[in-house]
Amino acid sequence: MAHTNVAVKPTPINVEEIRKEFPILHQKVNGKDLVYLDNAATNQKPKRVIDALVEYYTGYNANIHRGIHTLAEKATKAFEATRETARVFINAASTEEIIFTRGVTEGINLVAATYGRAFLNEGDEVIISTIEHHSNIVPWQLICEQTKANLVVIPVTDSGELKLDVYKSLLSSKTKIVAVNHASNSLGTINPVKEIIQLAHNVGAVVLIDGAQAGAHLTIDVQDLDCDFYCLSSHKMYGPTGTGILYGKKSLLEKMPPYHGGGEMIKEVTFEKTTYNDLPYKFEAGTPNIGDVVAFRHAMEFILDLGRENIAAHEHELLVYATEKVSKLKGVKIVGQAKNKVGVLAFTVQGIHHFDIGQMLDARGIAVRTGHHCTQPLMECYGIEGTVRASFSVYNTKKEVDQLVEGLERIINFMK
Amino acid sequence: MTINETQDEIINEFSLLDGDQEMTVFYIMELGQKLPDIPEADKTEDNVVKGCQSKVWLTAKLQDAKIFFAADSNTAITKGLVSLLIRIFNGQAPEDILNADLYFMKRIGMERFIGTQRSNGFAAMIKQMKLYALAYKTQMEVKS
Repeated sequence: MAHTNVAVKPTPINVEEIRKEFPILHQKVNGKDLVYLDNAATNQKPKRVIDALVEYYTGYNANIHRGIHTLAEKATKAFEATRETARVFINAASTEEIIFTRGVTEGINLVAATYGRAFLNEGDEVIISTIEHHSNIVPWQLICEQTKANLVVIPVTDSGELKLDVYKSLLSSKTKIVAVNHASNSLGTINPVKEIIQLAHNVGAVVLIDGAQAGAHLTIDVQDLDCDFYCLSSHKMYGPTGTGILYGKKSLLEKMPPYHGGGEMIKEVTFEKTTYNDLPYKFEAGTPNIGDVVAFRHAMEFILDLGRENIAAHEHELLVYATEKVSKLKGVKIVGQAKNKVGVLAFTVQGIHHFDIGQMLDARGIAVRTGHHCTQPLMECYGIEGTVRASFSVYNTKKEVDQLVEGLERIINFMK
Repeated sequence: MTINETQDEIINEFSLLDGDQEMTVFYIMELGQKLPDIPEADKTEDNVVKGCQSKVWLTAKLQDAKIFFAADSNTAITKGLVSLLIRIFNGQAPEDILNADLYFMKRIGMERFIGTQRSNGFAAMIKQMKLYALAYKTQMEVKS
């Protein structure tokens, strides 16, 4: 049978049922029902994730890998089970390619400090984009300073899309690393990462994808993307804070020097010479964040159970609904109008500072983020100090969008 | 009116809001809207209060041994908050400003409706005002 490209119709999300799994959502903030729209910063945790943490600390907390007692064995199994789930989650070829980190920031720093230090030379180029989070800018600046490589930046259009034609012209034999996000935290733009990766590979560069804003929203297939490195943060994927994964192609990880030195990452230590452990342990020095890693599996399973295409469809519906309503308000300018977006709605309101809007919404129990969202170069490029950002998750509702709009109407009327 | 009399007056006004967050935020912004504008020429980098998340310009002058502050901010809530301080301190002697115990902040539950970031900024504003008071006090002592 011929392969068809007809997309499977997403199954509608039963939001009311899902909300029952999130204890934190059922509370009053400043006397009003909490409306949590700061999901791009961190999203909330379903009960199964919280339970997994409690079960770990009440039932089998032990240090992993070298213990021979029962608890250590159980903890090790649970820890490694998360690695396997992460492998499935991003469709990596092997668990050797899954390294636990503290999150995306550490993942990027690890690659910059090891791959960058080993393979960047004077005059080489690292390409990033204007819409990167500071965590995908600063580690590259640091390594460029040390290696005398140059940082090159892909510009962005007014609507918030990367200028791919300029990107193509920036690529050359000098390009050694390309590091971009899968989706932008400030604008919501979903980048054409597969194309970006392919173009980089044509000139022999490796590509790191910052997946912080993709993990809870998009299907990730590292083999299909053919990316060299991919970073995720658990806490933006319904999981605990303080953990995440770095995917790296095995052939590259093997060539890279270790990052941190310590226990766990060694094979044998003498004062003369240390040999390093096999992948992925070579990059996991010290006792890892076991409890949070164990619970992270349940967060990924939560996403997989719901189905990423279903989550994306629900969030997209909220985004379209919110964009239509918010853009009609007086003085509102939407910042980030790319064709493909995750559920991020950023905007400014003429004559009203974003801090005032944030404070005012908070008084109504509505949590949004205000400011530069750790993307100061992007804000400067757009000539703004910051934005108000509402970002959606699977448990958000249209009613919550209405509450946001009501709150905005009130402040706009008050200030005029 | 003394510093404490003004503080008590503010406490009384806020108590009428009955802890309603939204009303409180609106009230603070209204107070800010009533604060007289400062000349554009005074909105210099030198007059910016360091440590505030939003931009606050603060100037001071001495008149008949009393201090008069003027301020502006790019955010409405901050402007409202600074207007409270101006109301309390304006027309007071440097010595009294230096010794003032600003108990109104706790009594109106300031920390409940301004976050950690903003209360740090608020502390920076108070510090800056007290620095002006100290400078004027020293100046007056030198002259006398």
